[in-house]
Amino acid sequence: MQPLTNRAKQVNRRPMNMVERFYLPAILKGMGITFSHLFKKRPTIQYPEQKRPFSQVFRGLHVLNRDEEGRERCTACGLCAVACPAEAITMEAAERQAGEDNLYREEKYAARYEINMLRCIFCGLCEEACPKDAIYLSETFAPANYNRKGFIYSKNELLIPNPVTDREAYEKAAGGRVRNPVNS
Amino acid sequence: MTSLLAIQLDWALMLEKFVLILVVVTIALVFAMYSTYAERKVAGFLQDRLGPNRFGWFGLLQPVADAIKLFFKEDIIPNKANKALFVMGPAMALLAALMTSAVIPWGDKLVIAGRTISLQIADINIGILYIFAVVALGVYGVMIGGWSSNNKFSLLAAIRGASQNISYELAMGLAIISLVFVTGSLSLHDVVVIQQQNGWNILYQPVGFVIFIVCAFAECNRTPFDLPEAENELNFGYHQEYSSMKLGFYLFAEYINMFISSVIMSTLYFGGYDIPFYNEATSTLNPNLLSLLGFVALMLKAVFFVFVFMWVRWTIPRFRYDQLMRLGWKSLIPWALANMVVTAAVVLWMKNGAPWH
Repeated sequence: MQPLTNRAKQVNRRPMNMVERFYLPAILKGMGITFSHLFKKRPTIQYPEQKRPFSQVFRGLHVLNRDEEGRERCTACGLCAVACPAEAITMEAAERQAGEDNLYREEKYAARYEINMLRCIFCGLCEEACPKDAIYLSETFAPANYNRKGFIYSKNELLIPNPVTDREAYEKAAGGRVRNPVNS
Repeated sequence: MTSLLAIQLDWALMLEKFVLILVVVTIALVFAMYSTYAERKVAGFLQDRLGPNRFGWFGLLQPVADAIKLFFKEDIIPNKANKALFVMGPAMALLAALMTSAVIPWGDKLVIAGRTISLQIADINIGILYIFAVVALGVYGVMIGGWSSNNKFSLLAAIRGASQNISYELAMGLAIISLVFVTGSLSLHDVVVIQQQNGWNILYQPVGFVIFIVCAFAECNRTPFDLPEAENELNFGYHQEYSSMKLGFYLFAEYINMFISSVIMSTLYFGGYDIPFYNEATSTLNPNLLSLLGFVALMLKAVFFVFVFMWVRWTIPRFRYDQLMRLGWKSLIPWALANMVVTAAVVLWMKNGAPWH
């Protein structure tokens, strides 16, 4: 068989000779190897202080996007719920009333929008399915919780901060991932 | 006739010894405490990790955290366990571990306020035999703990531990007999003094030292001979049913044993509190300071051996039980016997001249 790497070594199965049967030379050799590891570079990352950058394609917690004027983009069309292979998304639609133009972008909006993070498999199909650029997967993951209810994220947890009133928090949540197409 | 009542207690001596015992036990305990930290740190570094580094500067308070954790654990005594023996087991283990420190010469003499204080709790003339007796007692801790837990795994581990300790004690004893041939004394103080004059015993007894160190590993139940507490075979060994501070006692006893056997190794083979070139450089130092320096030298040697204990633990995998027994009975004992005979012959030859004269 062709070896996959050039590091393959033939195993030597001949009986041990006198010196080898003392074990001590081999043990000393092994101790030399472990000792040399004292001076090797450690790959440890001190987690809470040091963080590794996320990959560009990392799929974490969802955010519900707003447009530049701070209006919710979601129109409760249900395409994300249909696309979701884990059936983690539930929503209820409602009609926009007069005077709510600054809250919702279209005349239909999601009155209730819930994602069960225990069901979600973070595949990102909702993001792909959304025609309104309303849902994105961010770079954070769901923190631990004491009960199952805590993992059902509602609009409170999912909505991105309002870019008009709280620009800084919005930028942070968007994190270079969430796009805001102007012409849609 | 002086009656027994006329014997007066030397209160100053009592106080001196009491303080000395207190200091030695404290040092042993603190050393054991920090051995646990060092063990984890060494393990980490040998495996390209960092080891504990969160609590305190470089994780130096980690042993304190461990102690707090152990104290706050629920202290469980199994229903079917033999309660008296169950409590006695860890006590025996710790007691036997600490008792050995009595005959070790921790340093030369200190002169404080005109009073000469020997830094050895008891300079008895059978020091080495005493150590043997007490080390053999250590088996009881393992045995009683394992037996009284009323648990198959614990019992298996206890039996393993007992037979292992007894097997390796033989080879250890034979190694020490040849050492005694060389030094001609059983008192540990004399052993050190002779080494100061003639050079360290490692020069005369290299084979004996190798046998001794291997046996010391086995006596301390350290890897590669940690069969009594083989986690993956006996899922913890003889202290499986123990929790809280009773478990802590067992773990402590293990580390104290390690410390004490390191000290004994340095005393018997590496000159004890002797500093190299101590006699050669005619020193003008204060004798008290010199004694303390000797103590520091002994500690440094002990630290080195403790490091070797850890180093070996994270290098060599555990022996199989039959391999362990074969090594003990079929390699170490014959080698120790051969070493003994050769040493005896050489010592006789040196003393009396060649037998053909």
